[in-house]
Amino acid sequence: MSVISSTKNPEALSFTLVAEFEAGVERVWELWADPRQLERWWGPPTWPATFEKLDLVPGGKANYYMTGPDGTKAHGWWEFTHVESPARLAFDDGFADEDGNPTGDMGITRATVTLEPLGDRTRMTVQSTFESEEQMEQMVQMGMQEGMTEAMGQIDAILAEHANA
Amino acid sequence: MVVDQLRETELDRLFQAFADSTRRDIVRRVTVTEYSVSGLAALYAMSFAAVQKHVAVLERASLVTKEKRGREQIVRGNHEGLQKARWLLDEYEQVWRQRAARIADILAEE
Repeated sequence: MSVISSTKNPEALSFTLVAEFEAGVERVWELWADPRQLERWWGPPTWPATFEKLDLVPGGKANYYMTGPDGTKAHGWWEFTHVESPARLAFDDGFADEDGNPTGDMGITRATVTLEPLGDRTRMTVQSTFESEEQMEQMVQMGMQEGMTEAMGQIDAILAEHANA
Repeated sequence: MVVDQLRETELDRLFQAFADSTRRDIVRRVTVTEYSVSGLAALYAMSFAAVQKHVAVLERASLVTKEKRGREQIVRGNHEGLQKARWLLDEYEQVWRQRAARIADILAEE
């Protein structure tokens, strides 16, 4: 099991995940630094990600889009606020229009990634902080691989409860 | 399909409700303690009618409830609606668990 722990803070709209991998920090860093490798895991098979640009330097930007099952493209941008190879990176993540320009209407997610060596293994800690629930919702829709229909059914049930309450 | 129907109805209402900073502020306040509509109107540089409209949008999205008490309309946070934030974090956790699993798969191939 690669995931060690996860912590959710609904009041602060923040989330932390700790995972350990059977590889050194240099190798795990490559999975973030090389856009072709990043594409292999960032999006689920149903919403694969394509990184058009990835400039992994402080102040550098990334542009990407995720393609949904019906061909819908959801565009996003990153801006790296901290880059310390191969130990730590931080970036702001937001939604963009088709040309990759930030739309800004749903706020940004601040993400911090820390890689620590554990012998020849790596501990990765990811912390995400959201600005709004709607943004979380969109992220969830774009990031989900399995159980999406089930998940949507859950929303349906919650909303139906409200309607009847 | 469920997702499409949701998009056009309840989710749209929810998105619309959260899309405005005054409405987000109202939600934060009434979650902590109840407010009258006139009490809320006193907080913002806008008319009573404008605040009343914001409250109506939040009410339609099931994020707040409104109740008449004498001459006042009392606004409160709708607890179930706000549970959604917790639910969304649960879902987001799954997103990252799946990403971690894909990373582990890639590394295992080598």
